[in-house]
Amino acid sequence: MLPALARTARHHGLFTKVGVRGFASQVSEMTVRDALNSALDEELARDDKVYVLGEEVGEYQGAYKITRGLLQKYGPDRVKDTPITEAGFTGIAVGSAFAGLRPVCEFMTWNFAMQAIDQIINSAAKTLYMSAGQINCPIVFRGPNGAAAGVAAQHSQCFASWYSSVPGLKVLAPYDSEDARGLMKAAIRDPDPVVFLENEILYGQAFPVTPQVLDKDFVLPIGKAKVMREGKHVTLVSFSKMVGYCLKAAEQLAKEGIDCEVINLRSIKPLDRDTLLASVKKTHKIISVEEGWPQCGVGSEISAVMMELAFDELDAPVLRVTGAEVPMPYAANLEAAALPQIDDIIKAVKSIA
Amino acid sequence: MNVDERRAHAISSWVRRILRACKQQLICTWFEHKAKRRPVGLQLAKDLTGLFYKPFAAFHRTSCLRFGKMQSMLKQRSGVRAAQPARRAVQVRAVAAPVKAATSKSPIVTPETAKDLYYDMVLGREFEEMCAQMYYRGKMFGFVHLYSGQEAVSSGVIRQLRQDDYVVSTYRDHVHALSKGVSAREVMAELFGKKTGCCRGQGGSMHMFSAKAGVLGGYAFIGEGIPVGLGAAFQSKYRRDVLGDEKADSVTCSFFGDGTCNVGQFYESLNMAALYKLPHIFVVENNLWAIGMSHLRATASTAGDQDPHIYKKGPAFGMPGVLVDGMDVLKVHQVAKEAIERARRGEGPTLIEAETYRFRGHSLADPDELRSKEEKAKWLARDPIPQLKKYMIDNGLASEADIKALEDKVAEVVEDCVKFADESPKPERGQLLENVFADPRGFGIAEDGRYRYQMPGFSSGTAVVS
Repeated sequence: MLPALARTARHHGLFTKVGVRGFASQVSEMTVRDALNSALDEELARDDKVYVLGEEVGEYQGAYKITRGLLQKYGPDRVKDTPITEAGFTGIAVGSAFAGLRPVCEFMTWNFAMQAIDQIINSAAKTLYMSAGQINCPIVFRGPNGAAAGVAAQHSQCFASWYSSVPGLKVLAPYDSEDARGLMKAAIRDPDPVVFLENEILYGQAFPVTPQVLDKDFVLPIGKAKVMREGKHVTLVSFSKMVGYCLKAAEQLAKEGIDCEVINLRSIKPLDRDTLLASVKKTHKIISVEEGWPQCGVGSEISAVMMELAFDELDAPVLRVTGAEVPMPYAANLEAAALPQIDDIIKAVKSIA
Repeated sequence: MNVDERRAHAISSWVRRILRACKQQLICTWFEHKAKRRPVGLQLAKDLTGLFYKPFAAFHRTSCLRFGKMQSMLKQRSGVRAAQPARRAVQVRAVAAPVKAATSKSPIVTPETAKDLYYDMVLGREFEEMCAQMYYRGKMFGFVHLYSGQEAVSSGVIRQLRQDDYVVSTYRDHVHALSKGVSAREVMAELFGKKTGCCRGQGGSMHMFSAKAGVLGGYAFIGEGIPVGLGAAFQSKYRRDVLGDEKADSVTCSFFGDGTCNVGQFYESLNMAALYKLPHIFVVENNLWAIGMSHLRATASTAGDQDPHIYKKGPAFGMPGVLVDGMDVLKVHQVAKEAIERARRGEGPTLIEAETYRFRGHSLADPDELRSKEEKAKWLARDPIPQLKKYMIDNGLASEADIKALEDKVAEVVEDCVKFADESPKPERGQLLENVFADPRGFGIAEDGRYRYQMPGFSSGTAVVS
């Protein structure tokens, strides 16, 4: 009984000042994998309409171990292993969302979601509009996006630009653990379909998290970018893994006296134009960095927006650092050549700084 | 070799094959007799009969093929099909659970049910005919796919559903929406593209949605709606199993055609419906034509059959498959009743193949040149509405006066809904950008524009993550 009392008391904040938990204000580290896992765990506990389905999410503990432990905790009714039927199980998830549940539909990678893209776009994204507001779809589609290491052409595509062009979808791309936790919770609580683009390389990386991030109600706003690093010479804007590259490039450039501002988009749709504009007004130069292909990519959208809204603020054309316009090759050196590296970003900055 | 020589060669090779098989069978039977002490004579007689029949049938088939009699054989078969007035419902027992056979005699229903079915069918027919008129007068535009002729399936299945049951359909969805309870006024206004339509003019003919009546669309991509229907059924099961709602037993019916039965999503859905035992009913409205592609040209025959049978795919996936005469509303009603009750009891899905026909083309833009006049006339003669009318009068379920009253009511409703749709206003321009997102600002930003997580009291203390 005493532990229960202690728990209740803690919940009501009675003993926190006394320091029952002995938690100082130190910052701990958490991998993106654990961040996503804990976010899913807490959301499943908070609302019993939330359930997870996908291939290998249950007994296999998740193809990338994101859903580790959830089957044991919540049972097979809420963490469902599906057969290899993307179109079918995505449709089931969408239909159940129409009828009032809140599914989290996992794709092993976003490449496989191409089998289900009909359901994502034609059913999930468009139905609220087609039904004139009667039937909404509170679903989260999640999975690793973009290139991993040596997985070749059919497993390495970046889908950010495809999905972000569809009205009716919200597209999120977390970078660090704080993003992962906050955006995942926001996505699950959101009443609209959310495309959640993770990154396999980032899963294992640990980032510092404050106690506020670990709070079970920590939710980040959708549609707001984060300024990771303030600067005054050039703005580097990117999302997902490339944010890390931009930060490293900024470190190196700082030694040479070029001060870069790094913006982590977090939300590709809705795009946070205000933050980008404020940054361009300060630096007058902007470079977009992404992993995907150049034509009609996220960088194209940023260029168009900057040209339309900040033409007079720009001292140089908007540059795009993107992946090469090729399907991803397998050989390790070719793969490295096909993706933006830190040197490519530095070169781009120096060409306009 | 000419035809006669080839025939002689074939016969002699057949005889040789039979003799060889007999010899082998004799040896086997002898050994069995020795091993298991079975009476040789009887066993031999049984084995040899079986031996003779199968190759003979196979020979007949292959010889026709080989000698180029395919065309005449096909014509013969289609002639046989044409000569038959009505196909009896055939029962296929599944491994899972059997559904009671639909009897060849039309089952008895109450007068109320019969009148309700009649009213619904006539409403569907008159509404669709009015749509055709309105389309040619320019009030309706785009793609309009009419349901005339198939009313028995919609009325037979949907009129038994409750308000909390769901219906999912394809682009041929006007009558499904009407049967499920969306008012004729709202459907017609939606077709005219007016603000008062069930989707405020934003969906159109192919996208009928109604949260109140449980109509989850209206999908232009055939096969797309089926997994969505499965999802609604999944929700019902989840409410019962996980959320503990004992009364959750709502059922979902997905309607689609013969063309859809070649789409991958159909097979994915069959598997998952049986795997998860979902309360879902697959209703195939086999009208033999997918635009201009005949079902017989598009679909391979099921093994051992001459024709493709869609209902036989049910048992392959673990659910009962039932074939029913889709032009007889009472037969459809009975089969659907069993399937719905099965689903409500939690015994899983059913696949119903209803043989029906659309009297008009695929859409109002289809010249409909590929279907023969004889075929159309044959099916027109089996119109479900006069069939039910005759049945009701013959069996005393309704008098001529009652029926006339129902028909007059339908005429009134249809006239009224056209007038309503005509006089309704078009949507305002501002409506264009509405309803893209349920929460346009994105979660995390409260109504007053502040970030939710920065508001006082939003989070209380630190969480324990186990």
